[in-house]
Amino acid sequence: MMALWRHLVALLPFAWAQYAFMQQALLAVIAAAVLYGLLGALLVNQQMAFFSDAIGHAALTGVAIGVVLGLGDPLWAMVIFAALLAAAITLAKRAAGGSADTTIGLFMSFAVALGVVVLSRGGGFARYSAYLVGDVLSITPGEIGLLLALIALVLAFYGAFFNQVMFVGLNASLAGSRRINVRAIELLFALLVAVAVTVSIRWVGLLVINSLLILPAAAARHRAGNVARYLRDTLAVSLFSGVAGLIASYYLATATGATMVLFAMACYLVSLAFRHR
Amino acid sequence: MNPLPTTLPACGGCCSKLERLTVSFGKHTVLEDISLHFHCGELTALIGPNGAGKTTLLKAILGEVPHSGALRFHDQSRQRPDRPRIGYVPQKLEFDATLPVSVLDLFAGALSRWPAWLGHHLLLRKRAEAMLAQFEAAPLIDRTLGQLSGGELQRVLLALAVTPVPDILLLDEPVSGVDLHGMDLFYKMVSELRRRYDLAILLVSHDLPEVAQYADRIVFLNRRVICDGPPAQVLGHEQVKKVFGVDASLLAALPRRDPAEPPRAARHCAGGAA
Repeated sequence: MMALWRHLVALLPFAWAQYAFMQQALLAVIAAAVLYGLLGALLVNQQMAFFSDAIGHAALTGVAIGVVLGLGDPLWAMVIFAALLAAAITLAKRAAGGSADTTIGLFMSFAVALGVVVLSRGGGFARYSAYLVGDVLSITPGEIGLLLALIALVLAFYGAFFNQVMFVGLNASLAGSRRINVRAIELLFALLVAVAVTVSIRWVGLLVINSLLILPAAAARHRAGNVARYLRDTLAVSLFSGVAGLIASYYLATATGATMVLFAMACYLVSLAFRHR
Repeated sequence: MNPLPTTLPACGGCCSKLERLTVSFGKHTVLEDISLHFHCGELTALIGPNGAGKTTLLKAILGEVPHSGALRFHDQSRQRPDRPRIGYVPQKLEFDATLPVSVLDLFAGALSRWPAWLGHHLLLRKRAEAMLAQFEAAPLIDRTLGQLSGGELQRVLLALAVTPVPDILLLDEPVSGVDLHGMDLFYKMVSELRRRYDLAILLVSHDLPEVAQYADRIVFLNRRVICDGPPAQVLGHEQVKKVFGVDASLLAALPRRDPAEPPRAARHCAGGAA
């Protein structure tokens, strides 16, 4: 499969398309763009932008826990910590009532502080810095497989529960009256976001991951009159800024994730200028 | 799932029964021993002062607050063990005005399990259109929710609440903030609903003139059921006069906007428990 992909990309008449690491990175970026586009569309609808940001920051704590446990690859520690945090935020948000951003901010501060405390004692800051900026060029074929598996998971969730999430996002009581299990849906979606963000963060970087989730959806909202169009436009913006960002970062020798964000931001501004309402 | 029987008039025989419902938050009892019957084809208005527990009662019926007592649905032919199916129109929907969800998306989500983001079958669109047409809302089908006026949104939500037709329809001050024309249109439709469909309606309202003209029956709630009966009787009750500061019994003498059958039976009315 991978070999076939590389041959296909190598047919492109560009210098970058001849390098194995770029061929691989292109596939990874396309996969990540689809993953983020899909998730971002619902995240923005559910007004959960701050939530996904908090989950991204919690990756730090996951790394720290991994270091303390002496794990070579902290991925599982990261995923488990992010899932626990996502569940805690979702449950606390309900219990506390009031404003969700206070609850989320509280948990994020806690997670980041805990991560810094543990890392400063263990001296693992060097490992952490790789997660700040991320490096899509370091991705392996096996890890691309992981991204594709995540897309399959998100698609399965969107196939089964999209309509229910739509009602929950509109009004919890209204959703409840339609016999939708609001708590279960909220929790499931939060866990899905936590896992997807945490697994992919080392290739994209903590600093920009949330922008890649939020910006394409925010850009698509200006012109979309229904959810089908919204998802399509979100995916289009996400794919365009992903691929354009990768290629631009090759020529400019810049960090790929951040370059993709600049393209997404440009899309956002263009759509803002040509919005319907 | 067939939500669109164009006419399935009220049978008059089914009833959602609230039995000895009590809600307490800690030591504080918010609702005490509420027993009410909601008959199909009947519009019951729930009135009471602020803090009387009207919203809490709706939330208890929706299953959102812990409570003792039960809500049961009784059918003429059989007694379903199930809770009644509930339709709900919230007071004022808080949502982002740029939410890219169209009216059709919502109906598709209500009518089918097919995920709305994959587009809609033409048949589904027709069914949604037919449903909306009954609420003078068919032209709104491709608008996003943020593009609707207050009155339009409430009509769409009303149409959605009866898709599919529930056993009991809960309306929580559904027209607060809607202009006079929108309000009249809304009540006219609610009033028609109870004749066209086999469902009971529970309306929470502050608006005594509207209630007097459209309700078949009024329940005056103040943590307990203070009074339960036809509008003329409840609006003349001492405590209603005290809380609302007017002798609302005059309102009951106004011509009814809705020429439906008169209320079924006068229920007893007492100062204490119902």
